[in-house]
Amino acid sequence: MSNQYYDPKDLADFPKITDYATETGDKFFEYYGKATAAGALSEREKSLIALAVSTVRHCPYCIDAYTNKCLSLGVTGDEMMEAIHVGATMAAGDILAHATQMRKIVKKKEM
Amino acid sequence: MDVSKQLEVLSAIPKENYFSCKIEQKLHAQSIDILQLNVGKKCNLSCKHCHVEAGPHRKELMAREVLEKCLQIVTENSIGTIDITGGAPEMNPHLEWFLSQVTSLNKRVIVRSNLVILNDPDYRHFLDLYAEKGVEIVASLPDYHSDRVDRQRGPNVFSQVVAMMQKLNAKGYAQEQSKLQLNLVHNPVGTYVPGCQQSLEFEYKRRLAEHGVVFNQLFSITNCPVGRFLDYLIRSENFDDYMATLVDTYNPNALQSVMCRSTLSVGWDGVLFDCDFNQMLDMPVNHGAPTHIFDFDMDELKKREIVLHNHCYCCTAGAGSSCQGTLEH
Repeated sequence: MSNQYYDPKDLADFPKITDYATETGDKFFEYYGKATAAGALSEREKSLIALAVSTVRHCPYCIDAYTNKCLSLGVTGDEMMEAIHVGATMAAGDILAHATQMRKIVKKKEM
Repeated sequence: MDVSKQLEVLSAIPKENYFSCKIEQKLHAQSIDILQLNVGKKCNLSCKHCHVEAGPHRKELMAREVLEKCLQIVTENSIGTIDITGGAPEMNPHLEWFLSQVTSLNKRVIVRSNLVILNDPDYRHFLDLYAEKGVEIVASLPDYHSDRVDRQRGPNVFSQVVAMMQKLNAKGYAQEQSKLQLNLVHNPVGTYVPGCQQSLEFEYKRRLAEHGVVFNQLFSITNCPVGRFLDYLIRSENFDDYMATLVDTYNPNALQSVMCRSTLSVGWDGVLFDCDFNQMLDMPVNHGAPTHIFDFDMDELKKREIVLHNHCYCCTAGAGSSCQGTLEH
């Protein structure tokens, strides 16, 4: 038994998430395939979006997979870091936007 | 690393992942459509990933007698493509003579050039020769970023390749209405596998247009764990991870069209191999087929059983890989 929750080898196990719910799992992979394939956006652009989301969502498997995917599509470390900063600033903005609630309460209650 | 050590390392993956176990069958050639000649290991560059381990210090060059025999074979047989590689093919003193002969046969003639060598006054005349004889050029350019190219191939290689592409374009290469073909080879500058060839080609064309150069097609090739690339995998402690990636992305459909099924590879000394990678691992054709160009027998060789080892995964990973790029489009 592994002594850690996240094992890099488990990335190869991802296709087996259809176990115990084959039909639903298959539908997920169909959706996943269409959503990440080149369309109006290129595969390269979608891989950078996926990398940024992976870091924001703290998923080590996705970060591993999409860093390699970005490398394989010719994306540089500088470009990947730019994408991650977009994710980081969106996360920070999301937090700061919630300060609105705090400000509204403070303004209502303070004399 | 000597050949026996390379084979020992390649054998160190889990037994259940051996290529021969994975494919669960013997693999046979179907034809010989391409005769690939490795005319020598001598090269003006010493690229970090080179499976040939080519460089200026190498002495191995294909002799005139071997080239004459190859010429006779392609003349007498329905082999459509002559694919010339190295090292730097231009450093073989018989290449000019060979090209003058073989291009008269109305077949596809490819020279795999690093292009940098054509900047050298001693080899500059090949530029005109290639254009005059209609030779297809397949040029190595692993990336569209200069720093990555120079890291793998040496200082100022990117700028020299681009400068030579400008000259080739001016000669008519990769121009509309021109039959002169200039194709580029992409291979990852690192221990990862290449992505979608079509996506990479789109990006290459966009980025290289900024340098004022054009090309026809991009051939995306997976780095083979042989030679200097194998050394690098071990030194950087990436061997296990890289091999696991190749094994995990094994594509049985790619197996049907791997290049060894339609190609015969000739070593600098005339020894015959299933591919250039087997050549560097000193694994000649086997299972009873003639092993030297002077014993060439089309009937025996076109149905020969392919000699396999674990490096073969590099041709079956993902969309598959060959000297003509991705196998599945």
